[in-house]
Amino acid sequence: MPTTELTRTPTRKQPRTLRPSDSLAGLLAKIILLGLVDAFAVYVLIVLFLQEKWAVLVLAAGVTLLINWIYLRRGGLPAKYLAPGVFFLLIFQVFVMVFSGYVAFTNYGDGHNSTKEDAIAAIQSAAQQRVPDSPAYRVTILEQDNEFHFLATDPDGGVSIGSAEEPLEEVSNAATDGTGKATGLDGYRTLQFNEVLANQADILALSVPFSDDPDDGTLKTSDGSTAYVFSPTLEYDEAADTFTDTETGTTYADSGQGTFVSEDGEELSTGWKIDVGFANFAKAFTDENIRGPLLEVTLWTFTFALVSVLSTFALGLFLANAFNLPNLRGKKIYRILMILPYAFPAFLAGLVWSGLLNPEFGYVNNTFFGGANIPWLTDPLLAKFSVLLVNLWLGFPYMFLVCTGALQSLPEDVNEAARMDGAGPWKIFTSIKLPLLLVSVAPLLIASFAFNFNNFNVIYMLTDGGPRLPDTTVNVGATDILITLVYEVAFGSGVGRDYGLASALSIVIFFIVAAISIISFRQTKALEEIH
Amino acid sequence: MKVQTPRLLTRRTLATAAMSVAVLAMTACGGGSTESATGESAAPTNLAEGGSTTLTMWVDAERAPALENIAASFEEDTGIAIDLAVKDFAAVRDDFITQVPTGNGPDLIVGPHDWIGTFVENGVVAPIELGDKASEFQESAIQAMSYEGNLYGVPYAIENIALLRNADLVPEPVGTFDEVVKNGEAAVEAGEAEFPFLVGLDPKQADPYHMYPFQTSMGVPVFAQNEDGSYDASKLLLGEPNGVEFAKKLVEWGDAGSGILNSNITGDIAKEKFNAGESPYFLTGPWNVGAAQEAGINVAVDPLPTVGDQPAQPFIGVNGYFISAQSSNALAANEFVVNYLTTEEAQDAMFEVGGRPPALTASFEKAASDPIVEAFGEIGANGVPMPSVPEMQAVWADWGSTQLALIKGSAKPEEAWPAMVKNIEQKISAG
Repeated sequence: MPTTELTRTPTRKQPRTLRPSDSLAGLLAKIILLGLVDAFAVYVLIVLFLQEKWAVLVLAAGVTLLINWIYLRRGGLPAKYLAPGVFFLLIFQVFVMVFSGYVAFTNYGDGHNSTKEDAIAAIQSAAQQRVPDSPAYRVTILEQDNEFHFLATDPDGGVSIGSAEEPLEEVSNAATDGTGKATGLDGYRTLQFNEVLANQADILALSVPFSDDPDDGTLKTSDGSTAYVFSPTLEYDEAADTFTDTETGTTYADSGQGTFVSEDGEELSTGWKIDVGFANFAKAFTDENIRGPLLEVTLWTFTFALVSVLSTFALGLFLANAFNLPNLRGKKIYRILMILPYAFPAFLAGLVWSGLLNPEFGYVNNTFFGGANIPWLTDPLLAKFSVLLVNLWLGFPYMFLVCTGALQSLPEDVNEAARMDGAGPWKIFTSIKLPLLLVSVAPLLIASFAFNFNNFNVIYMLTDGGPRLPDTTVNVGATDILITLVYEVAFGSGVGRDYGLASALSIVIFFIVAAISIISFRQTKALEEIH
Repeated sequence: MKVQTPRLLTRRTLATAAMSVAVLAMTACGGGSTESATGESAAPTNLAEGGSTTLTMWVDAERAPALENIAASFEEDTGIAIDLAVKDFAAVRDDFITQVPTGNGPDLIVGPHDWIGTFVENGVVAPIELGDKASEFQESAIQAMSYEGNLYGVPYAIENIALLRNADLVPEPVGTFDEVVKNGEAAVEAGEAEFPFLVGLDPKQADPYHMYPFQTSMGVPVFAQNEDGSYDASKLLLGEPNGVEFAKKLVEWGDAGSGILNSNITGDIAKEKFNAGESPYFLTGPWNVGAAQEAGINVAVDPLPTVGDQPAQPFIGVNGYFISAQSSNALAANEFVVNYLTTEEAQDAMFEVGGRPPALTASFEKAASDPIVEAFGEIGANGVPMPSVPEMQAVWADWGSTQLALIKGSAKPEEAWPAMVKNIEQKISAG
């Protein structure tokens, strides 16, 4: 609290002086840090202002003022410590969760990617098709009274001029360059390339009627130097909010599902994002593709998570115990070796192991099983076993680390007392060490369960959920867990990705994991009370 | 003109303030992302004012160096810099789709043509008018880049698979797959090779892409094609009566039969074995030729062998450049793509880095002095574009897992193939 310190007179002795006094360096650091934060905030505010995002602008301004208030006022020390953490929590956790929650109520995904305006613009742009066999015009952009004109040279050398209001009209007095391309006209100013670029939005939007008959199409350019005659295959009627096919007369109206649909159900290619309420959740629980294999997948998910936690914990604990012997030589080297798999990225390990477990060419079969053709990853039962085994290999170092730390913090005298009372090593381990250990390790086991419940990497990279279950229409396999099922359903098997459905399913999984965690944490409290 | 208001305002009020630098930079970048609502212009006092000076292009690490020269000459001519942003190829398609609507996407992106259907569905890509330049490209490349009557990308390379032959083991090319198998098995019996034939299969998904020439040769394409070569996604042809015949062939070649197809042989293993001289044949693309030659294999490129009485047509993939539908610098982007990236120089440079046959006919003819490129090109001319319709995404998973089950002999052709067709049809109609 440098400001308080500096303004305080020596006579005002208060209990606060017991705190270490703030230095000038501290004050400077504070000014610089706050200055940087404010500079960044102002920059962000300007960007938001230019993009006309008013709601976010007000929010950002409010947050900036709040931060300044927290750090410039006297007192309120807890707020000063908490503010950065809360700020980042809001941005990186709460915002992300709220956003996925929001997505779950939309049809966001392939085909519904942006706003309706964007979709209309995209359909209109795709509908502009070049009139077949129409010539290419070389154009020069002219300007007169702030209006742009095309000076178009046709392949035969004829020159015409036109603008958005005036259809193309032939002129004879144009200046031409060596190739015969018209480059200027009296009374008009020729735009240089950099001027064309600076006004590209207007020039790209410029469409010059080819003649008085609108059916002849319009001349448009996309690079400022060549123009073609385009005519739209679809026309948008703003008042009715419909597209009409210029050839067949079919109208496409807003279907309410984020697409334009004709009466016979034909959709225009580009759609937009709309809110769909609980439709995604309804689909999650009623879709045959999900419901069919759901029971099997849920059971396997629980088995996978539970067995993974127990097996890694058992192995980690055993090794931690073994390498905790006081008179073991080379302990450090062993410990480093133990931790190596932990340093391996899980997705890479998945790929490497899927190579090692190849039935015919894999190292495991060739070296340990004398070339036997054991289908590690393609037999439903063996694949489950392999997934668990690889996850054990990946996961035990973490448990080893945790248990080593916990074991070393156990008081030695308890062991000694037990030994004096005649307890054997096994008795000491089960009755004294393990209960003491569980107090500190149990929350980590719960976290590990939650992690393995959603352990996407191992499954996806090792087996990709396979081998596929027979008799299902959805692409679900024997080793698929809930999160890989979500991935498959939302991204892998339809005609495109469906972020809305994926978010809805993730939220359902979140509630499952949260419920299990809450129950387990209650249980561990009971554990502490015993202690 | 939404653009003009803040620019004038900031110029008046903040001209001397230190932050005006940032503001001007902002207007420059943010300027065009707000599109003009009408064709009218609001009193352009100084026509050269504003406008972006940079085009951003998303490109993968391999292709970026090849584009540097052409980008430099574009900057020299127009004063517009091309920012070649290197992105991870695996994620770039989805990032493009999600970022374009936010206004933060790039102006240009490099990728294969089968992204187009999804791009159009999401409204993120703008049509391109090549005009007469289109005739300078190979027809199949232009056809692949077209979607619903528009051209959406400027192609630069065509790729397709062919049958690589180790000419030291089998000196002469043959026409049918039966002969290939016979030659291969003869080489194995003679102790010269270990595998009669190699193709990389994914142990999880098999590989319908590499199997496709066999399938087309038996008259089983994925979708019907319209007259202009585009695909009609409402007509799935996998279920034609010949589909089951093809499925029977897979069983015959698989674990339960001759073992010509081995689902344990992944792409990497197949490459390794062919390069070690352990097989006379390897069904793969131009991307594996260089390594085989370096390994000392006398590589010959043979036409795809036929199984049925129709030509064996591979899928062709066409790589090209696409323009974002919301580019704030669309005119410059069009200028670069249409007038610079279509040049022989630009197409040659991309060939040198990727080794894939160029899409521009003039560049291709130069590259075809290499017999390998020429052979791949000839086979590609016989191919069909990989469907770019979004419905294709519903096909891959079932197609692959059914082929895998057939190859492993764990499914009956008469049941598995029709079930697969039914599944895919359901997914497409639900999509």
